[in-house]
Amino acid sequence: MHIPDGFIDAPVAAGAAVVAAIGVGVCLRGARRTLDDRTAPLAGLVAVFVFAAQMINFPVGAGTSGHLVGAALAVILVGPYAGVLALTVVLAVQALIFADGGLTALGLNVLNLALIAGLVAWFVFRGVVRVAGTGKPGIVAGAWLAGLLSVGGAALGFVAEFALGGTAPVSLAAVGGAMVSVHVVIGAIEGVITALVVWSVATVRPDLVVGLRAPAVASSERQAVAA
Amino acid sequence: MPPAGDVSGASWPRRLPPQVKIVAAVATILVIVLTPPRPPWVFLGYALILAAVVQSSGVGWRTVFSRMRVEVPFVAFAVLLPFIATGPEVTLGPLELSEPGLWAAWNILIKATLGIVVSILLAATTEAPDLVVGLQRLHVPDILVQILAAMVRYVSVVTGEWQRMSRARAARGFHGHGPRSWPVLARSLGTLFIRSYERGERVHLAMLSRGYTGRLPAAGTAAATSADWSVALVLPLTVLAVAALSWWVAR
Repeated sequence: MHIPDGFIDAPVAAGAAVVAAIGVGVCLRGARRTLDDRTAPLAGLVAVFVFAAQMINFPVGAGTSGHLVGAALAVILVGPYAGVLALTVVLAVQALIFADGGLTALGLNVLNLALIAGLVAWFVFRGVVRVAGTGKPGIVAGAWLAGLLSVGGAALGFVAEFALGGTAPVSLAAVGGAMVSVHVVIGAIEGVITALVVWSVATVRPDLVVGLRAPAVASSERQAVAA
Repeated sequence: MPPAGDVSGASWPRRLPPQVKIVAAVATILVIVLTPPRPPWVFLGYALILAAVVQSSGVGWRTVFSRMRVEVPFVAFAVLLPFIATGPEVTLGPLELSEPGLWAAWNILIKATLGIVVSILLAATTEAPDLVVGLQRLHVPDILVQILAAMVRYVSVVTGEWQRMSRARAARGFHGHGPRSWPVLARSLGTLFIRSYERGERVHLAMLSRGYTGRLPAAGTAAATSADWSVALVLPLTVLAVAALSWWVAR
């Protein structure tokens, strides 16, 4: 569910676009540093994967089904830089090719669903894995919590934008309460599916899961690239 | 990637360079978004202009209406607004509705709808690879354009892979019913990730072997002429003229 044109007023949308552009710029530099010239093909294929994952319907029961947001999944699997870039490109494609999310609201959607959701998920997962270890309990709990809080973070981002530039005279408490309660449910399901997928990748190819790499290894790799 | 609409036709928006169309679409939506919700007839003017463009563009009305479904969640939100919004109330039959809520619902619905129609016009008259070229011409950071190009190129490969996996699951007797199916679907999704990532590594090696140095070669097609720009900017300028007219009348 992406914000359409005109839902948040123009100054706030413009401000969000500036913040989103800065954040994506930081991720571009980070991705160049860690992935070098592999950035484009790898982030591109990850973007395709996220796009495909969002199209898969998970039956919830009673004839309804939901789909992944995918932010937590992307950053846990490929790291925050490539993950955020892939999510950004997916949002751009959805706005440009599927008219899903307004063209003038792209900054808002990138801020909420790529940057906020992605960064929250990354730090939550890393934090849990550091405390609980990289065994099954740590991975599953970390991925579940990352999925839950990434959706919650995106929803809170929306509430903040609505408070600053909402075009509807609705009490903020009502919007905030409704958004949080709905997204706790959505986030819990997102977390379960994220945990199941991350665990299945971690059992087959643990080397691919960037979220499980030791920070020391990552920084020595960076030094090697810089040298 | 489904470039919905008729790709075969050679209507006037299809012949325009993509970067010109992107600028025209964003400018048109900006004018629409910045228009105050009152007086409402301005938006009727916008709708008529857009209808004329749809009619002459060769994009079928069926395409436009079927792709407007993405708007549905926000329509639901807008319909609720007159009931939950604050402010003075008006009586409409048996209903007590908030007047500012009604205006806010109108504001959201009409702007989102017109914005979607403009986006659909852009998408249905521009093939995905051309959109990539357009963004490159508009100096979107090169690496983002490359990621976008890779995504556009491989999306049907990866979704095809998922469809084959789904067929294989179905052939083994899998039915997706309720949360009990999630572990199976999630394992398939994990496999899809590994295959996608490994394909990315192979694509990178293939690009290197063809002389990739980290930059895309410059787009091949001719640059936009001033004639192209003047054709494409007719739409945002007409919309702007209607906005100015309404401001002048309401003054």
